[in-house]
Order: sequence, then C-alpha cells, then structure tokens
Amino acid sequence: MIGMISYLAFFATMAGILAIVVLGLNLQWGYTGLFNGGVVAFFGAGAYGTMLLGGRPELGQFGGYEWPFVFALAGGVVLAALIAWIVGMLTLRLRHDYLAIATFGVAVAFESVTRNAEWLTGGAKGLRGFPRPLEAAIGNNFAYGLFFLGMVLVVLGAVYWGLQRLVHSPYGRALRAIREDETAARSLGKNPARLRLQSFVIGSAIMGVAGGLYVAFYAFVSPQDLAPILTFQVWAMLIVGGAGNNRGAVLGAFLIWGAWTASGFALSKFAPQAMQLYTGSIQYILIGTVIVGMLLWRPQGLLPERIVTRFTKTAAKAGPTSKGAI
Amino acid sequence: MIQSIVDGILTGAIISLGAIGLTMVMHMLRFANFAYAELLAIGAYAALVFDALFAGLLPVLDTAFKPLTLTAALALATIIAMVITGASAVVIDWLVFKRIRAKADALSMVFASFGVALIVRNVLTLIFGHKAQLYSNDIAFAVVLSRDPLLLIKPDQVFVLVAALALMGLFHLVLTRTTFGYALRAVAENPALAQVSGVRLSAMITAVWMIGGGLSAAAGVFYALTNHLSPVLGHNFLLPVFAATIVGGIGSVHGAVLGGFIVGIASGLALMVLPSGYAPAMPFVIILAVLLVRPHGLFGEDHS
Amino acid sequence: MSAVLTVSALEAGYVRDLPILRQVNVSVEHASLTVIIGPNGAGKSTLIKAIAGLVPVSAGRVVLDGADITGIRPDQMGALGLAYVPQTDNIFRHLSIRENLALVLRRVEDRAARLDELYALFPPLAGKHKDRAGSLSGGQRQMLAVAMALATRPRVVLMDEPSAGLSPKIAAEVLDLARSLTGQGVTVLLVEQNVKQALRVADHCYILAEGRNQLDGPAAAILSDPLVGEIYLGGKRVGAA
Ligand SMILES: Nc1ncnc2c1ncn2[C@@H]1O[C@H](COP(=O)(O)OP(=O)(O)O)[C@@H](O)[C@H]1O
Ligand SMILES: [Mg+2]
Repeated sequence: MIGMISYLAFFATMAGILAIVVLGLNLQWGYTGLFNGGVVAFFGAGAYGTMLLGGRPELGQFGGYEWPFVFALAGGVVLAALIAWIVGMLTLRLRHDYLAIATFGVAVAFESVTRNAEWLTGGAKGLRGFPRPLEAAIGNNFAYGLFFLGMVLVVLGAVYWGLQRLVHSPYGRALRAIREDETAARSLGKNPARLRLQSFVIGSAIMGVAGGLYVAFYAFVSPQDLAPILTFQVWAMLIVGGAGNNRGAVLGAFLIWGAWTASGFALSKFAPQAMQLYTGSIQYILIGTVIVGMLLWRPQGLLPERIVTRFTKTAAKAGPTSKGAI
Repeated sequence: MIQSIVDGILTGAIISLGAIGLTMVMHMLRFANFAYAELLAIGAYAALVFDALFAGLLPVLDTAFKPLTLTAALALATIIAMVITGASAVVIDWLVFKRIRAKADALSMVFASFGVALIVRNVLTLIFGHKAQLYSNDIAFAVVLSRDPLLLIKPDQVFVLVAALALMGLFHLVLTRTTFGYALRAVAENPALAQVSGVRLSAMITAVWMIGGGLSAAAGVFYALTNHLSPVLGHNFLLPVFAATIVGGIGSVHGAVLGGFIVGIASGLALMVLPSGYAPAMPFVIILAVLLVRPHGLFGEDHS
Repeated sequence: MSAVLTVSALEAGYVRDLPILRQVNVSVEHASLTVIIGPNGAGKSTLIKAIAGLVPVSAGRVVLDGADITGIRPDQMGALGLAYVPQTDNIFRHLSIRENLALVLRRVEDRAARLDELYALFPPLAGKHKDRAGSLSGGQRQMLAVAMALATRPRVVLMDEPSAGLSPKIAAEVLDLARSLTGQGVTVLLVEQNVKQALRVADHCYILAEGRNQLDGPAAAILSDPLVGEIYLGGKRVGAA
C-alpha cells in the first residue's frame, strides 16, 4: 500500500514538474505563437544552474556553493532566462523559422557542453550531491516524497495562477493579437518584437523552474536526464492538452506522462528479449505519431483555446506563401 | 591546418548537397523542415539495401573500382536511392505537410516536421538496428599527399568531392539553362507571379521535393561511403544543413552551396582548438554569428 | 458587339466570410478597352485577382467567351487566352529579361522566333536581354511586364495600374500601347488611377467603391459627367494603392 502510494507520488511529482514545463511552453507557443525547438535546454539550464549553486562542493569541480534551495533555484531560473534572452534577441525579429532553428541549436549546444565541459558540468557522469530542501527536517523517505509532491503542486498551482492572470490581462490579449496578426497589432501601437521577447523569456524561465525542481527531486543531473526526447514529450503534452489553454497543458502533461510510463512498463515487461534494445525507438515513434496525428486530426487538442478561435490564414488558401502576393 | 581544411571541404560538399533542397523547400513552403535531414539517412539506407541486392543478384557488379571502395553495385544503388528518396519526400509531403499546409499556419508545419523526423529516424532504427554499418568492408587506405605538413586523403574522399561538385554543377546548369530551371527560380522569387506566368505550383513543389530528396540521398551515400552509416546520420546533419542555408540566405541555392563549404571548413578549423566533443555545436555557433552580423545570410533577402 | 468577359454578382475576398467584393458586375466587349476606376482600397485589384483565380470567389461567376472560368487555377489562364499584368512585383527581378520572357513562353513551340518578335516590339528590351530584370528602370520594367503578358498572344489582357509610378510621358505611352492592342483584336480590362488619361483612351468605364459597382457608362460620358468630375477628376490624384 505504502509502496503504491509512494509510486503514485513519484509519478505525480514527475508529471507535475513536466506540467510546469508545458505551461512555460504554452505561454510561448500557445499564447504568443513562438516555436521553441529546445525546451530541454531551458529545462536543463534551470537544472544545472540550480545544481551548481545549491549542490555540495566536489574536488576539482566548479560550483557546489550550497546556496539555500530557493536562491539556487532562482539562479538556475536566471540562467535559463538569460539564454532565452540572448537567443530571442538574435532571432525574434526574423522569420519564425530562425527561432525554431536557433532554439534547436541551443539544445544541441547545451548537450555538447554538458557532455564535454567536465570542470563545469561533470561531463557524461553528471553532477551529484544536492541537499534537498528540508530533507533532514522531515527525515522519513515516504513522508519526504509526499512533501516534495506537495511542493511541486504548490509551484505548479502558482505558475498556473500567475499565467492565467497574465494571459487574461491586457498584456495577454496583446500577445494573442501579435500571434494572430502582427501588422494589425503593430498598428495598434504594440511593439511585437519586445512583447515576443518578454513572452519567450518568461516561458523559458518557467521551464528553468521545473529544471530546478527536477534537480532537487533527484539530487542528481546528467546529460542522460536531458535527452532531446524531452522536448518532444513536452510538445506532445501541449498539443494533446490543447495549445492556448493552461488547463489543457496540465491535463496533457499528466496524460502523456502516464502513457509514456505505461508504454515503457508494458514494453519492458512484454516485448521479446531481442526487442528490448529497441523499446525506446518504439516509444519515440509513438510520440512522433501523437504529434503528427494530433496536428492532422485534432490540432486544437483535447481542451481547445476558448477565448479566440484562430482563423486560418489567407495564405493557406491563396497559395503556400503570401510573399509576393500581387 | 591543411588537413582540417581539406576535411572541412569534404564535409562541406556533403552539407552543400543536403542544403540545396532544404533552402528551396524552406523558401517555397515557408517553414523550417526539421524532417529534411532524415532524407540523407533514407537515401543512405536505400543504397545499402539495393547495393546488397545488386551484389547478390549479379556478383560481377560487386568489384570495387580500385583504388575506390565504390562498386558498380553501389553506384547503381545510389541512383535508385536518389529516386526512392525523392519519392519518399513527395509521399511524406502528401501524407503530412500538404494536409497541414491546407489548414494551419507555418508553425504547425515546423512542429509536424519534428514529429516526422522522430518517426522516420526510429523506423530506420527498428529496421536496420542501432549499429553503425559500412557499404564495403574493404579497408580504404589513405594516400599520403604530403608529409610536412601531413596531409592524408582517401581515394573515396576525392571521388565524393568530385561527384558532389558534378551534381551541383549539373543542377546549376538546370537552373540557368532550362525553362524548368527558370520556373524553379521564378517560384522561389514570387510564387503568385509564377502561377500567373503559367507555372503550376503543385508540380513545382513536387519537383523540389524530388530534387531535394535526390541530392540528399547522394549526400547521405557520400557520407556513409567515407565514414559510416547509422540511423542518426540524418539527425547529425540537421544543424549543419540548417546552418548552411542560413549562412547562404534562405532561398538561395548558390548561397546554400557556399554556406555548406563555409560550415564544413569553419567547423573543421574550430575543432583544431576545441575538443571534438563540441563538433555538434559548431553549426550553432556559426548560425549565431550570422544572425548577429548578417541575419539574412550572404545572398538572402529580407523575409522578416 | 458581344461581351468577351463578364463578371456577374461576384463576391470575393481574402478571408473567409469577409468579402471585399460584393455583387460586382462587369462586362467587357470584344476588342474594347474598359477601364475600372475608383478610390484606393475600392477592390479594383481584388477584382482583377479574382478573375485571375488568385483570390477565392465565394459567389458569382466569371465567364470568358461563354465558358465559366470562375475560380480557375492561375496557371491555366494562359491556356484560356487570358493574361494578367499585376500592379506590383510583376516581373522576376532575379531572372534576366530573356529568362522572364522564355519562362512565359515555356510551352510555346517556336520560342526563339516569338522572342525575336517581342524584342522587335519592345526594342529597349532587346539590348538588355541578358541583364537581370531587377536592373531595369521603372518604365522598362513595366514594358517587360506587358511584354510577358502579350508573349503568349492572349485574347484578353487584364492590367492593374500599368502606368503607376511612371513619368507622365511614359505613362501616356503605356496607355497608348493598351489602346493599340484593341486595334489588333485584343480585349483589354484596365485598372487605372490616372483617371483622366485613362478615360481618354478607354471605350467604357466602371467606377468601383467599397467593393461595389457605383456607376458605369461610355468613357466619354463619364469624362463629361459633372458629378464624376467633382469626385474623381478634381485634379487631386488619389495616391497609388
Ligand atoms: N492580400 C490581402 N489580404 C487581405 N486583405 C487585402 C489584401 N489585399 C488587399 N486587401 C484589402 O482588400 C481591400 C481592397 O484592396 P484592393 O483590391 O487592393 O484595392 P484597390 O486596388 O482598389 O486599391 C482593401 O481593404 C485591402 O485592405
Ligand atoms: Mg490596386
């Protein structure tokens, strides 16, 4: 019984952390129409940043300042935001593809650094030794698991609440206006480039929060934790839940994480021995299929956006491109 | 130094071949296609299959053109792989991109392309396994061109460079000497006017996928011939080909060719000072540099 | 006299459920020059684009020589004997002049001979046939755009403000050229902002405003209509769209 509850708490903690990431992505993609191809890098920046500042010192290793968790987390979030700001500055005024490519590049570069800069990131073996917040005070493992879940849910709730406030404010309406029609938004006196940059940085910072929680949960981080598939999982969560709907984002996170865990379990249990090396590939194909399938058949997700329905752009009908329309 | 530049030129030629189709597709269909580089892997594996098939059916074809490890079987297989890969690109477009194009925005296309890439890569993994493979188990001996500075080159590499340049030259002739080429350039510049001028857009889109797929397949085979073949081949080329298109300017074929060489050589040189583990990140650094200095690339126009 | 091109009760627009054109009717007689005038944003370009199949039509019909061509694919226009000179971006700047023309003549058997004819018709283009079209002057660009439209010997030509941005002298030449086409049996539908000059060369005139027909009649009658004179010919040239 305790084992069961303990497992459920573990599952819900992970799903909750991922839900925070999905909320960050929803601000970028769902509300502002920004593509983030490197979710894992911003999550990772939060994770490594928190670890470096809050972790225990190790010989020959940078970081390990044992800052109190809240401050370490803040540092990780700042790192994630900083990377987002740099990438955003360089790309957000350009065609949307540049942001997609640059963020994808950030993820690749981030992985390179985590794998190779041993003095900084511990290389492939990663960084371990993180004083988990209040662990000593609570002591009991089972109770701590529940406590941590509670903490994650509180943060999730806070992020959700904050984002709801944000997107229903005039600011949120301005973001959506830019997403729908940049020219019109500009003519209303909005500065699209600045609003986009802000949205992108805030969304990435939220992903950084999730990364910090992740590190505190495992007291360990390595490049393995930041596999590129994380980006795809988070997208699948958002598109299944419904881009532009924060409740959908949270729902999608729990659903997809459940499906992912269950499929992993089923494959490891029932797939023949010879296939065991390839269960990952099968799961990846499933995620890819979920993404493509949703886009083809239910692009609005399970819980569609309610405030404004996107109208299909004229360009779609008039031809594949609108440039040079005569 | 010289060795790095020579190696960079070789990789650059392969990147260029891959980037030509990507820059056209990105420009014409207005989305960053993250599934594009998987065409290199599809092509390389298609050639592997047909190479084995031809070698099995007609053993005479299975002798290498010394000093290359290339066999007649592989040469034939490559041509078939180019057609198959072009056709795969068209089929993927019909199944996924065309349908999304009809009802959603460009962002959904980018998104879908990531999903397609994930599916293609892992289906290849399931079929062919994780392991790296080679077309030929013959050992390719490098020729010492110079001892000081040391410069080694394999005959296969020379062949790949020549063949890649020949393919690019051929495509250049098509673009500049045939009305089909004019039509391709016209659609790239102004699709609506091209239509008015009698060019059927859907036919051009199909043609671009066929050409891009064919060139990518050649690039994949060339890489596998001089290195090895694995399911992550496409993924490893993704950032380099994007970097080449951005350096050259999205939509510019000549820019993509030049961009490919620049990315190849710059990466080669950078790795003289950086550990090789950073190789995958080099194209990203180049992209950032271009965005900082000249966001629309060498030959690109303002498409913001 | 019979109508070659008729547009009846046409509704068209760029976004679904948001028609720009409402119930537009236009009828163009064989070998005549018909001009469409109207204020900026009236929907003149939209009307031409809708005829050419570049803007989706939600209601109404476009009939060419008795055949319904509503919502054709733009690339099929040439085969139907219809040609279109867009208002802006009407040449391929990155292609040479010869390549621009050869592209339009892609399906023509005797391309070289037709190219020579076109060069004879437009001598300034002949001398520069290898230059990039983007390097041409404004008047020469317009000349190339017209040459591209005429290359396939269309029966009906749609021109969207061909004189916009040109010096008065060259603008007059362009309008004279349009007029001379009718002498060769070509039917011309012209959108113009140079209202006075256009009315002098035109046979018939339609006035469009806010996507609807306002008035139409023989060009001479419109030219002398005091009301029209006050609204459209008052010396104030409405800025080019
Ligand atoms: N590509 C487009 N997308 C959406 N609306 C457009 C587009 N082009 C023109 N419009 C709108 O259609 C209306 C008519 O424009 P247009 O036909 O170009 O006018 P005109 O040529 O008479 O000046 C205007 O309100 C304009 O804003
Ligand atoms: Mg107009």
